[in-house]
Amino acid sequence: MALTDETLQALEDKAREIRITVLRMLNAAKSGHTSGPLGMADIFTALYFHSAKHDSKNPDWAARDRIVLSNGHITPIRYATMAHAGYFPIEECLTLRKLGSRLQGHPEREKLPGLESTSGPLGSGLSQAAGMAYALRMDKNNARVFCLTSDGEQQEGNTWEGAMFAGKYRLYNLIQIMDRNNIQIEGNTEDIMPLEPLADKYRAFNWHVIEIDGHNMRDIIDAIDEAKAVREKPTLILARTIPGKGVKDIEYDYKWHGKPPSDEELVRFIEQVEATKNV
Amino acid sequence: MINPLAKLVPGLLEGKPEKKPTRDGFGNGTVEAGKENPNVVVLSADLGDSTRAAWFQKEFPDRYVEVGVAEQNLATVAAGMANEGKIPFIASYAAFSPGRNWEQIRTTIALNNMPVKVCGMHAGIQTGPDGATHQMLEDIALMRAMPNMMVMVPGDAEEGKKCAVAAARLNHPVYIRYGRASEPVFTTPETPFEIGKALNLWESKNPKVAIFTTGSIAYQALSAAKTLAEEGIDVVVTHFHTVKPIDREAIITAAKDIGKIITLEEHQTMGGFGSAVAEVVSEEYPAQVIRMGIQDEFGQSGEADELMEYYKLTAPHIVAKVKSVAGV
Repeated sequence: MALTDETLQALEDKAREIRITVLRMLNAAKSGHTSGPLGMADIFTALYFHSAKHDSKNPDWAARDRIVLSNGHITPIRYATMAHAGYFPIEECLTLRKLGSRLQGHPEREKLPGLESTSGPLGSGLSQAAGMAYALRMDKNNARVFCLTSDGEQQEGNTWEGAMFAGKYRLYNLIQIMDRNNIQIEGNTEDIMPLEPLADKYRAFNWHVIEIDGHNMRDIIDAIDEAKAVREKPTLILARTIPGKGVKDIEYDYKWHGKPPSDEELVRFIEQVEATKNV
Repeated sequence: MINPLAKLVPGLLEGKPEKKPTRDGFGNGTVEAGKENPNVVVLSADLGDSTRAAWFQKEFPDRYVEVGVAEQNLATVAAGMANEGKIPFIASYAAFSPGRNWEQIRTTIALNNMPVKVCGMHAGIQTGPDGATHQMLEDIALMRAMPNMMVMVPGDAEEGKKCAVAAARLNHPVYIRYGRASEPVFTTPETPFEIGKALNLWESKNPKVAIFTTGSIAYQALSAAKTLAEEGIDVVVTHFHTVKPIDREAIITAAKDIGKIITLEEHQTMGGFGSAVAEVVSEEYPAQVIRMGIQDEFGQSGEADELMEYYKLTAPHIVAKVKSVAGV
């Protein structure tokens, strides 16, 4: 599919709408994570509105691409994107983290159709995604598995067990998209436990690595297309992102990892997201 | 006398019983389950021979997945495969799985409600010379506390096979505990097996004490029952191959009718099978429950039978405990 300027513009507009939904739901929840969801808005939009094969009216469709979220704490962006993609009413987003809601603070597969897995404890998603990719290949199912990970969870041993497994079995149907935003709860990743050189590490584990600007819609889509074309190994799309992207006041600030906007901040933050349209 | 309805091995307590490790039941059971259902797969963490996962590999090489010495990966890859309709059995030593990967099992298998069968080998004190690091004595407690998780502890290799076959037919998570040492095979293919249902192995007219067992220690209880009978002391021996869900009815009946219960397990007495029995008794019909097992300590190197003797889990120790509890 040719990637026209109109298509890109429409995706960028959609990402803006989704960011605003994320801010509203976090404000209503009065707790939750803000930086990560905003930073991954462009990638989630690209997946659900362009690159991944899925059907919101048939979430168990056997041929769907599996979208696995490993770092469950950024689930507001997944919920918001799914709602905009028609999985459930957008108003339901405001039930996030509330008693009885299908939108648990960390995503639970059994609660909401369209989630592939339960996650929150870090470092387990890549292995699960690898297990799915392995089983799909056994069954000659051509669906792909997109595994969204954070950079912080690369500090977990389980991640590297999964990376080794995927490399050994040449799981070409597995595409990891890593949110390389350089922050974790208590500071910058390179201060807390350095991760670099991440691309080289994955290459050494027999992965194909593509490094992109995680906010450039064309880059994101091109990288996914390239990953789909690789047939001999799994691919890592190392997406350099800005935590809090779209809200000027909180971009790059790790202190916004784990808190929601107040009522006053909500109004200001939404204005800032809307202002990005004219940049 | 031995309960004839249990259809145990004929002449069991007269001759020398055949001995096999319960993990053989895992090997045979997964092969049988694999024939029954093409979605059954086995994942191994570099211990295929000793866990008997290699028996499945021989039959179904394309459905055997080696994950390396990586137990967290073992659980999570299996969870992902179950997502796609597979029925994964994961095999390692219980000290590592569920010992090391408990959180992954909790989140990606139990909370996710995936039909992964976690099979912990070399559980119990009889792991022997390898010592405390490898003698898993806390796994029943760990797994029993986990919602959605069923817990089975087969008494011998034959029952171990039945547990694996039955688990493969269930669309939810199961933990099955297996042992390393060669131990008497006392059940037969005809022995009744129903998940969640305890089985009386030994019955008598006027029992003073009910002996409840889980795992291979059941054979020690049978030997003890025979000795006690020869001395005129009546007991019943009830075997629980399913620890969760536990057979509440069997427990309550014994509490009411007999009033004194001794539990036996090759596991810490805290949080394990004995605790599960005591929970039911204290809530439903308070009676005395004496828990025999490992008393809040780690194991050590030694031969399997030496360790069973050292930790007072052999028939003579059971006989002595019954006498003291019964006041005879």
